[in-house]
Amino acid sequence: MELKTILFYLFAVIMVFAALRVVTARNPVHAVLFLVLAFFNAAGLWMLLQAEFLSIMLVMVYVGAVMVLFLFVVMMLDINIEQMRKGFWTHLPLGAGVGLLMVAEMAVVLSGRYFGLQNFPPQNLPANHSNTKELARVMFTDYVYPFELASVILLVAVIAAVMLTQRTRKDTKGMHPNDQIAVKRNDRLRIVRMVSEPPEVQAVDAKAEEKS
Amino acid sequence: MISLPHYLILGAILFSIGVVGIFLNRKNLIVLMMAIELMLLAVNLNFVAFSHYLNDLSGQLFVFFILVVAAAEAGIGLAILVVLFRNLSSIHVEDLDQLKG
Repeated sequence: MELKTILFYLFAVIMVFAALRVVTARNPVHAVLFLVLAFFNAAGLWMLLQAEFLSIMLVMVYVGAVMVLFLFVVMMLDINIEQMRKGFWTHLPLGAGVGLLMVAEMAVVLSGRYFGLQNFPPQNLPANHSNTKELARVMFTDYVYPFELASVILLVAVIAAVMLTQRTRKDTKGMHPNDQIAVKRNDRLRIVRMVSEPPEVQAVDAKAEEKS
Repeated sequence: MISLPHYLILGAILFSIGVVGIFLNRKNLIVLMMAIELMLLAVNLNFVAFSHYLNDLSGQLFVFFILVVAAAEAGIGLAILVVLFRNLSSIHVEDLDQLKG
């Protein structure tokens, strides 16, 4: 057997095992770690498919950032595992049956002779071929508009995540524009009815001035 | 010799595991999100395999954009989860009945 074939089956078996453990693990932290394992093996498979840039990006961005974020949140939340697992074993036979049926049907369709999928020859690129360079050429010519849109999506995600989780501080001095507009005269100004100044006081004052 | 159907069947297995995971763990929002990640990974694997065997780089560009959207989705989803936990002190799906649906 060729080395690439052995590597494919190695990566595939570990990835399927890790994926199964993701959905069956008791502890959510273990599930996240198995998901990381699945992503690593997917990166290996993509390397076999000569998609080096995406393979490295999967490890660096996805495992390094998104999965670590997952891990943070899972560890931060206090989860009642027993309550979560209620009904898991009763539903397992049905779920496993449907899943196996789906895989069997897909396998029949994909590996049959109807589409001739196995006749596609694998790409044979020279050793000095740069996947990143070619990808960049396509990305910044044909797909430059979707690329800009992707950056806008990321910006929206950043703002949304910050706005969702932000808490307002109690000690900040600020005014809601809403409240400012809705204010009435009576909230701010109180008119008190009173005599301005008693008349005898004025008379006494006038006498004092005359004497001096 | 590994041909295209090998990768496609592997993707199908991974996708089915994701679907079954959503069915089995529907009480647990975190595992639900992880099952969605698995399904996205299966789709990405199919894209990369097709891109390799059809000698067309557009498939890899699509994987790039799917990764961007998946990262945004995971970020916002986890933020919602944190806010939910702060308000309800639980992320149990059965406690989420404010809308009385």
